[in-house]
Amino acid sequence: MAWTREQMAARAARELRDGFYVNLGIGIPTLVANVIPQGMTVTLQSENGMLGMGPFPYEGEEDADLINAGKQTITELPQTSYFSSADSFAMIRGGHINLSILGGMQVSETGDLANWMVPGKMIKGMGGAMDLVAGVKRVVVVMDHCEKSGESKFRQICSLPLTGKGVVDLLVTDLAVFEIDRKGSGATLVELADGVTLDEIKAKTEATFAVRLG
Amino acid sequence: MSSKLYPDAQSALSGLTADNITVMSGGFGLCGIPENLIVGLRDSGAKNLTVIGNNVGCDEHGMWLVLANNQIRKVLASYVGENKILESRYMSGDIEIEFNPQGTLAERIRAGGAGIPAFFTRTGYGTAVAEGKETRQFNGEWYVMETGLTADLSLVKAWKGDTAGNLVYRKTARNFNPMIATAGKVTVAEVEELVPAGTLDPDQIHTPGIFVQRMIVGKSYTKHIERLTTRAREKN
Repeated sequence: MAWTREQMAARAARELRDGFYVNLGIGIPTLVANVIPQGMTVTLQSENGMLGMGPFPYEGEEDADLINAGKQTITELPQTSYFSSADSFAMIRGGHINLSILGGMQVSETGDLANWMVPGKMIKGMGGAMDLVAGVKRVVVVMDHCEKSGESKFRQICSLPLTGKGVVDLLVTDLAVFEIDRKGSGATLVELADGVTLDEIKAKTEATFAVRLG
Repeated sequence: MSSKLYPDAQSALSGLTADNITVMSGGFGLCGIPENLIVGLRDSGAKNLTVIGNNVGCDEHGMWLVLANNQIRKVLASYVGENKILESRYMSGDIEIEFNPQGTLAERIRAGGAGIPAFFTRTGYGTAVAEGKETRQFNGEWYVMETGLTADLSLVKAWKGDTAGNLVYRKTARNFNPMIATAGKVTVAEVEELVPAGTLDPDQIHTPGIFVQRMIVGKSYTKHIERLTTRAREKN
């Protein structure tokens, strides 16, 4: 049984630590905000200029001047601060954010990430993704293990244009979890989703990986 | 001291708009965009514009109005989704888009406004963004050289402004506005509320008045929300 989106988010949430400043990408990573462990203080950064992101507003209390990077209406918290986009990316590029959890289209065994464009299709732009992977101390990517066609998204080399080279530390798919060494020592399978076998991962993964299952 | 205040967008932009100029506009999505000045830019009819901003509006809103009026030739942005006209004109080759990583774009504008012609960033190294650009190693890490950006005309939106041109932004409507205010040869600001100089706390000014040459008080803000998201109230 593959993990659901919520289970993938819960697995990614296990990378959170008390006191962390964290930037969450759009899609499954956004769900991580709902599963922050009780008693843990995690401050969410939104790259459009906010630290300390609160939940969605109650109906009728939305404020057009208060949105997240996905352009959703949100709320502030007692610890919230606002700042310019330049200050926001000083936090990101300057290595002040502890963890970023992002979606992906492809990840390579050396930690390359592709998540911003597919040649031949309309390019919407990379937004802040390239800055996040270049600057944040630890990068976790959450994505499906395979394309709908069955093709592996975890690969020896990404075939899609890169968002960053050697930038991914941990890959959480719906089938398994891999640690990746940015410095080129390779990828290691460290966890299987419930009911998934090593043989299934071997059959469905194009990337080369070592195995260290606890 | 001569007044920076103009009665409306048309008069504030008078003499500043022309074909082929570069225009920067603040905002993230539709949050914090200079709604009135964008309409003024559209009504000026200036063509062949290069527009710099994080986005180019979205369907029916913001800089989309200028785009739909066939005034834009080139765009520098980090994200251009939810914009069908831009999509079709980009795919047909009628509009050029230079995609910039969001942080690189913010820093290029900040640098341009601060008189810094170029800087090095790790962002984009090893990707298509670095193609054709100088790369250099510092302390064992590779960096890409990016250049500063300036504009003929900068349009910004603030919450409050005073008669000296000092600006205060509100919540996440600040975004690119402070840097864009510094990077225009001429910067025009629109504010929701104008107050006499001396009213705003000098310690809380976000954009000092030196960066603002002209101002208007904006009218009829729509502040369109792109993705209204709410949660249910807990039942007692």
